[in-house]
Amino acid sequence: MSSVSAANTDAHAQGRSAAAPAAEFKPSVVADLTTVIANEPVNAEYRHLVASCSIEAAQAKPGQFFQLLCPHSGSEQPYLRRPMSVYGADPEKRQVSFLYKIAGAGTHGLALLGPGDTLDVMGPLGVGFRLDPAWRHIVAVGRGAGLATLAPLAQAAKQADMKVTAVLSARRPNLVVSDALFRSYGADVVVVTDSESTSGPANVERILRQLIADGRCDAFFTCGSSRLMQVQQKLAREFSLAGQVAMEQQMACGLGLCYCCVRDFNIGGEIVHRRVCWDGPVFDLMEALP
Amino acid sequence: MKVETSVDLAVRVGGLTLRNPVMPASGTFADGLEKVMDFNRLGAIVTKTITRELRDGNPLPRVVERPGSLINAIGIPSKGVPDFINKTMPHYAPYDTPLVVSISAPTADGFASLARELTLPGIAAIEANISCPNIEEDGKAFAMRAETTEKVTRELRAATKLPLWVKLTPNTGEMPEVAKAAEAAGADAVVVSNTILSMAIDLKTFKPCLGNIMGGLSGPAIKPIVLRHVFQCARAVKIPVIGCGGISNADDAIEYMLAGASAIQVGTATFVQPAAMISVLEGLERFCVVREIPRIADLIGAVDIEESDEPDVAWLNPVT
Repeated sequence: MSSVSAANTDAHAQGRSAAAPAAEFKPSVVADLTTVIANEPVNAEYRHLVASCSIEAAQAKPGQFFQLLCPHSGSEQPYLRRPMSVYGADPEKRQVSFLYKIAGAGTHGLALLGPGDTLDVMGPLGVGFRLDPAWRHIVAVGRGAGLATLAPLAQAAKQADMKVTAVLSARRPNLVVSDALFRSYGADVVVVTDSESTSGPANVERILRQLIADGRCDAFFTCGSSRLMQVQQKLAREFSLAGQVAMEQQMACGLGLCYCCVRDFNIGGEIVHRRVCWDGPVFDLMEALP
Repeated sequence: MKVETSVDLAVRVGGLTLRNPVMPASGTFADGLEKVMDFNRLGAIVTKTITRELRDGNPLPRVVERPGSLINAIGIPSKGVPDFINKTMPHYAPYDTPLVVSISAPTADGFASLARELTLPGIAAIEANISCPNIEEDGKAFAMRAETTEKVTRELRAATKLPLWVKLTPNTGEMPEVAKAAEAAGADAVVVSNTILSMAIDLKTFKPCLGNIMGGLSGPAIKPIVLRHVFQCARAVKIPVIGCGGISNADDAIEYMLAGASAIQVGTATFVQPAAMISVLEGLERFCVVREIPRIADLIGAVDIEESDEPDVAWLNPVT
């Protein structure tokens, strides 16, 4: 933000003609017409979409998101864009990828895209995850679509020379996603599921307590489950650990303009509204309210 | 794409000369758009509506989409006047684009005192959002009736020397009369219009889709309706009309100007294409170049409603 404002101030100080477009103005958020490279199912519910994109879009950081202009699916034409957290971004290949579950009109339309088709993605948007260089071992705990949001942490943590333990929760073992990606970057993966009765908060708490006892948890990263977030908040408070949570909310603009995606947060003991799209979607774990 | 041209894009709107007729609709603009566009290219900046009281806004959900449209009941969250003066105003000060502040209040007195306090260097005009509920009239919006519009506009006029734009509601059956009342009471321009009161229900739960039950309809679906209001209001008053309703592209903006709008506001379209205002501006300029229109102001009210000398035979006797 501050750098954007500063750039504008500088341009102003140079006495640029107001009517003419500023040659030096470079948008950092673009509505990018990407080309779909692949859009394949990864299991019964999720699909993986890879698109070739602009350099701006390919610089998306873990935890950031894009607003996708989803194509119409038969009778339904979504008017608004759909927020989708980034699953992968590769500035060298100029690619961005998403892992999504077909849930409504928007994702139904997305599933129809094939290689060569155009997809309008706007972004990268929002505040992503932050890694403190002092951390040696982080723990990612996610469920459902939150697993896709946490996935890019695997690569970022490896580049920062941090070990990762990923606790991935799903209804059934064959619906777990991101596990292969976490493993490919050397993360320890613990899968917990409803069908095996391992995904309850009590069991996840036991797993996390063991990691803490083993000195393998400097910070929590979580997305996709309010119950699991509360477990981590309790442990973070008890052991004075850091943490971050990626929150979800219905969005319209994605740029902090419309205030439809507000949630309550506890900031220094005061309950206040924050815009998930602009102030987040990644927030301090201890400020988030279920 | 910028067209090299000598088209004069300036328009005169309610006490101000704008470098071009394109500005945001209140409530759809914030600093986040700095990542997308250069604010120095806009005709004006219009802020979110501010109120004196601190407001959290409506319960969620606050928006629901319908074909070609959006229904919102955000509820005017406001951090109050000091926050606006200390944070919002300095933020936009580096731009040499006129800053228009949108205000709202539950009473005519409240409007006047807010306008008085915001008559400050750095504010180019006041847009009075009188489409909100008036607690002195059982919650009915000021702009529903000519008398209440005249009363609140008169008090606003007495409170500020700044150009005064009054934003009307389409939810009245007497919009030209309301526009005339605003003009008679000293408004410098009318903004036509706010959103259309509407509703949506979830078939799974039988619950309203919005936490506030009802909300305002905006987006491409409402454009033909508001265009008609602009046409009627522009014929009813001599002050400029600012068109606002479903404008997504330059063609929409041209239609509004032909119907009588001196300038236009782009709102909901920005949620779908964040650079919509810039593409509208570039499209307007291209249109003038292609049609060899030297001044964009020549488009204002240029709709041709003269009866044709020759009846359209094909229409009267359709060929089957």
